[in-house]
Amino acid sequence: MAAVGAARALRAGGCRYSRFSSSFSSGGGERAGPRFRPPAGSRRDWIGPPDKRSNLRPVIFHVPPHESPLERRLRELREETQAWNQSFWARQNTAFQREKEEFIYSRLKARGLEARDETGQPLCSSSVYVPVIGQKVTLSAEEMADFYKDFLRKNFRKHMRYNRDWYKRNFTITFLMGQVALVRALRWLRWRSTNAGNQ
Amino acid sequence: MSAARCCGSPQALAGIFVWHLKKTGIRQVPCQFVHLCRAPDGRLITFQYFNFLRRMYVTQYNKDLSQRVKPKSDSVVSPFRESQLDQERKVIHKITPVSPVHHPPLSELREIKPAAETGDPARPPTAESKEERQWREMKLRLDDLPGILARLSKIKLTALVVSTASAGFAMAPVPFDLPCFLLASLGTGLASCAANSINQFFEVPFDSNMNRTKNRPLVRGQISPLLAVCFAASCGVPGIALLTMGVNPLTGALGAFNIFLYTCCYTPMKRMSIANTWVGAVVGAIPPVMGWTAATGSLDAGALLLGGILYSWQFPHFNALSWGLREDYSRGGYCMMSVTHPELCRRVALRHCVALIGLCTVAPILDITTWTFPIISLPLNLYISYLGFRFYRDADRSSSRKLFFCSLWHLPLLLLVMFSCKKSLLEKEEKGDALSGSHGRAVEIRLP
Repeated sequence: MAAVGAARALRAGGCRYSRFSSSFSSGGGERAGPRFRPPAGSRRDWIGPPDKRSNLRPVIFHVPPHESPLERRLRELREETQAWNQSFWARQNTAFQREKEEFIYSRLKARGLEARDETGQPLCSSSVYVPVIGQKVTLSAEEMADFYKDFLRKNFRKHMRYNRDWYKRNFTITFLMGQVALVRALRWLRWRSTNAGNQ
Repeated sequence: MSAARCCGSPQALAGIFVWHLKKTGIRQVPCQFVHLCRAPDGRLITFQYFNFLRRMYVTQYNKDLSQRVKPKSDSVVSPFRESQLDQERKVIHKITPVSPVHHPPLSELREIKPAAETGDPARPPTAESKEERQWREMKLRLDDLPGILARLSKIKLTALVVSTASAGFAMAPVPFDLPCFLLASLGTGLASCAANSINQFFEVPFDSNMNRTKNRPLVRGQISPLLAVCFAASCGVPGIALLTMGVNPLTGALGAFNIFLYTCCYTPMKRMSIANTWVGAVVGAIPPVMGWTAATGSLDAGALLLGGILYSWQFPHFNALSWGLREDYSRGGYCMMSVTHPELCRRVALRHCVALIGLCTVAPILDITTWTFPIISLPLNLYISYLGFRFYRDADRSSSRKLFFCSLWHLPLLLLVMFSCKKSLLEKEEKGDALSGSHGRAVEIRLP
């Protein structure tokens, strides 16, 4: 039994990792997925640097050779939650950046301090060098505060929905992790007692 | 004119990069924090080196050298072109020796390695191999565990909470009982660890998106959520049991209520309504009340006064802190006064600074301290009220930071002064004999 299992594992290349490519990258599809491949002998999950858009760290989940239905359910839920989280925050952060720049530009324009470069493209950042006036123009924190307040208000409902879903998922994942840990512990105890019995 | 100066981030305190001038003609004054170097043509260049601020990237634009923490990320494409960036050249990467910078007066510059290398990893132009190296196996290392659990339980905040509880215990008008004191402190500490761990467990994706909190253990995957919950349970249950059975049931009930208030009310409310600040202030006010009830076994006016002082203190402390985090709060979806009602935020902070003066005056009336306490604490409270007024009027980053940092030393000092002005028991007994009535204090009920 153990030999068959070992042979299967060897055939599978030692260990498998979830093929996560399509669901990993969020709304933009710039990347095909994490280019990182965990080393062949590893039997644990791997966590990477924060994603540039969502600021969340991607995890590559290890698929054990004899994955029980419960473990599979846990892993799939974690993968799905990760993809959902990545997509939400990437969209959120991108929208924030974009709206912030639009806000800054519109405010500066309203103040008549529109700055343009050689090709006629408008310049925008929270601080802009205006060649005509010859000084740096910034939007103060107080002016930005209007934008922050507005952004928060506009996204309130979205956040409420997200919070509810996130709490549900978090609890379910942790509960499943607890169940899996308990099952593994019982299995190990049973193995110990049968081993002790054999000796 | 200094060749190296701070990049324009509002958080900059000083330039923190140390550049080592190799040229023999340059005289160096070796000093741990400040290097004074004189360039051959007589211009003075000063640097300051702070270990906890790291600016590892230097960019050059029009002969100006500036420092930043991270290279300018190019992932979010701005709809508006920023021509300034096109002309920026990345001159030096993270702490590696580089070829001389082409800057006429200073012909040869070389970075020296900062003492500690931490912070976000570098992203040189060939990013892939570096990125691959940043992947970590999610394995719990036992020797890292104490540090991880300390960060998970926000050990510094827990220490502050325990010290306020100890202050409550010390101020109680009963003879000091050391075992009870230790049990109460330990129980409060464990309860605080549990509450903080659950808070971090709930907030993983939000913490990832805020600069202040993105290095927490759960965010970095150093510990699994299951383990975090188990740790919280293994702190919370013994902590509350200790308080209930080792001290008294009232203290245990207050501890359990505080955990509930923090994890189930304050944490979700942070994302729903600005009222979370008031709930959070109550959470901060309960530990000294717990200390008092641990000593006396009853909830009387003195306990409520101490709680009131801590309650009022929370507002200048938190409102000033939240002023600089408005962008992160807005992006992360946190409902804070500083974002939605900025004027209210500053008004409330000022109001409660002034309230502290009033509360300190009530202390001798309730027979907790002598009259020297309001007199000695008046300068402290006036100073924080002054900073609160400046914050209210100026509403800028520097006044908010001043108020926040003042609140950090104001509270321990106030509690210390309060303790030193505590009315001694002997005095009170004599006074109690002399006067027939009490000062309207509640009847003390001794709990078993």
